[in-house]
Amino acid sequence: MEVQKIVRIEGTALPMRGNDIDTDRIMPARYLRAVTFDGLERYLFEDERKGSAAGDKATSVHPFDDPRYRGASVVIVNRNFGCGSSREHAPQGLHRAGIHAVLGESFSEIFFGNSLMIGLPCVTASPDHIAALMDRVESRPETRLRIDLEKGTCVMGDFTCPISLPPHARDALVTGAWDTTGLLLERYEEVDAVAARLPYVRGF
Amino acid sequence: MGKTLLQKVWDLHTVRTLSTGQTQLFIGLHLVHEVTSPQAFDALRERGWKVARPDRTFATVDHIVPTRDRARPFVDLLAEDMCASLERNCRDFGIRLADLNDDRQGIVHVIGPELGLTQPALTLACGDSHTSTHGAFGAVAFGIGTSQVRDVLASQCLAIEPMKVRRIRVTGTLPSGVYAKDVILSIINRLGVGGGVGYAYEYGGDAIERMTMDERMTICNMSIEGGARVGYVNPDETTFDYIKGRPFAPAADRFDAARKWWKSMASDPDARYDDEVVIKAEELTPVVTWGVNPGQSVPVTGRVPVDGESGADGQAIADARRYMGFAGGEMIAGMRVDVAFIGSCTNSRLSDLREAARIVRGHRVASHVKALVVPGSVSVKKAAEREGLDEIFRAAGFEWRGAGCSMCLGMNPDKLEGRQVCASSSNRNFKGRQGSPTGRTLLMSPAMVAAAAIAGEVTDVRDFVTKSPVAGSL
Repeated sequence: MEVQKIVRIEGTALPMRGNDIDTDRIMPARYLRAVTFDGLERYLFEDERKGSAAGDKATSVHPFDDPRYRGASVVIVNRNFGCGSSREHAPQGLHRAGIHAVLGESFSEIFFGNSLMIGLPCVTASPDHIAALMDRVESRPETRLRIDLEKGTCVMGDFTCPISLPPHARDALVTGAWDTTGLLLERYEEVDAVAARLPYVRGF
Repeated sequence: MGKTLLQKVWDLHTVRTLSTGQTQLFIGLHLVHEVTSPQAFDALRERGWKVARPDRTFATVDHIVPTRDRARPFVDLLAEDMCASLERNCRDFGIRLADLNDDRQGIVHVIGPELGLTQPALTLACGDSHTSTHGAFGAVAFGIGTSQVRDVLASQCLAIEPMKVRRIRVTGTLPSGVYAKDVILSIINRLGVGGGVGYAYEYGGDAIERMTMDERMTICNMSIEGGARVGYVNPDETTFDYIKGRPFAPAADRFDAARKWWKSMASDPDARYDDEVVIKAEELTPVVTWGVNPGQSVPVTGRVPVDGESGADGQAIADARRYMGFAGGEMIAGMRVDVAFIGSCTNSRLSDLREAARIVRGHRVASHVKALVVPGSVSVKKAAEREGLDEIFRAAGFEWRGAGCSMCLGMNPDKLEGRQVCASSSNRNFKGRQGSPTGRTLLMSPAMVAAAAIAGEVTDVRDFVTKSPVAGSL
């Protein structure tokens, strides 16, 4: 496998406001009825986008349909983003839609792990900084944002704030070791040794 | 200083610390289903890898299965394709599969325990967030995504970060009409849907210790709804009695050795916890969700909250109420329901069906309600039929279906339509969860769903039991 290092993510951003946005909202279950991840970018937030298109939501235009945010490569979110179902289809859909980082207050563990596995960093910043960034993106959507995983910063115009990422995730991304299968297959004799000492593998 | 079960299991299964700082953890049992595995098998083919331990892998089909007509090929060709893919993948890679013709088929989190595959102190992974269910046996069980399914297939290992442990003690006796489902919904309401992120939940206390395995599974199942990827109960005699004699249980002559080891893996009395919470069972009531996440619930005697209630996220409340079409201050009891669903990996086991049948017996489903019971496995279905539960449900006007995930998640023909309101024994009330983009879900215990089906509206099962002339006669 070719090693792909992910150190900096740069581009415009899209604010997706609200806490506890679950993966059923991000990727409705009916689109999991497929044997590949191809084309999932077409179905992101489909239910609520259709709802807002039909005018039955308070917000008239969904951020993913708002022309001001077209081409965004970072999604800014609030708390516990990606909770619920473990479907990798949710981060796959975001990634395939050109999203290269998610910046938020906090993430569900499974969503975070699934994203890391496909090279999509989920980085956190304080609630105040997230609020400030969302406001800035809404008022000046054309401004580019730069996330630097090595320096631990997010820069948008004259605004800079610290971001954080667990050390293992940062290291995995910046060294290109986020695709773990190869790593897990190294030194396989050690895996066999662990299995051999487990009472339930040995038959008690 | 003693150790928790989580620490003991973690230490025993650790292969090494990876260069990323994560732990390489050996996975004792990998359960596979049709939805989250096809891309993982394709990745193995692409890279020329085999399945490392087919002997520690077991597959079934559950999410996309039609529960009315199981004849192949399915009417839904996408579902047919997924089912056929799983069959081909299991054949090609030498994995045991409980397919639709197999009496062992059912929801993966129902059949693992039923078959005795799920055992204390093993690590377990499955591409489904409700894998936490298996923690009821003292297994450390992780829900994973498809890339991690690929990892486990190829290496029988996961790269994963250690977690903290929060002990949740439920003390005292549950009042009549209050079930395991009410306990876990109350815990999630109190600690929040994100409160468990970074934690494993260890459930203990005398109320948990008195619970059956079915009840413990209901509790552990919904750990993830509180943000905790792992939830577990320390194994005890209830656990061992459940496992004994099941198809994949340790052989009779090895069972005592197994029991001794399992016991030794339970948390030590002086184990240190990162956090501790006490829930008093006496104070709990039947609970119903009113909103769009499992933490948004009230006692059945309560009201839909108004914006800006102390400490609450006013915007989230307003957004949830708008979706649900409920007014602030409205009583939850009396809310009209259109559909009643008894099933899902949370509540589709024999004891759930028995309790619901006890409520239903001698009554009729309200004329405007579509009601269905979906057993969690072929085995649950057959056992229920032997007891005549299917007759009770049918006589009351419920549909009696085949085993599968059914109306929990909108991936098979069982779906809500339009704005329907569903009284549901499942685990998620997310927007659009039950298959209609505008459908509405009220989570509650199976007994409460049974009562709602009959009343045609949300109703307090405790009153229902009192009024019911035949309650308790089953």
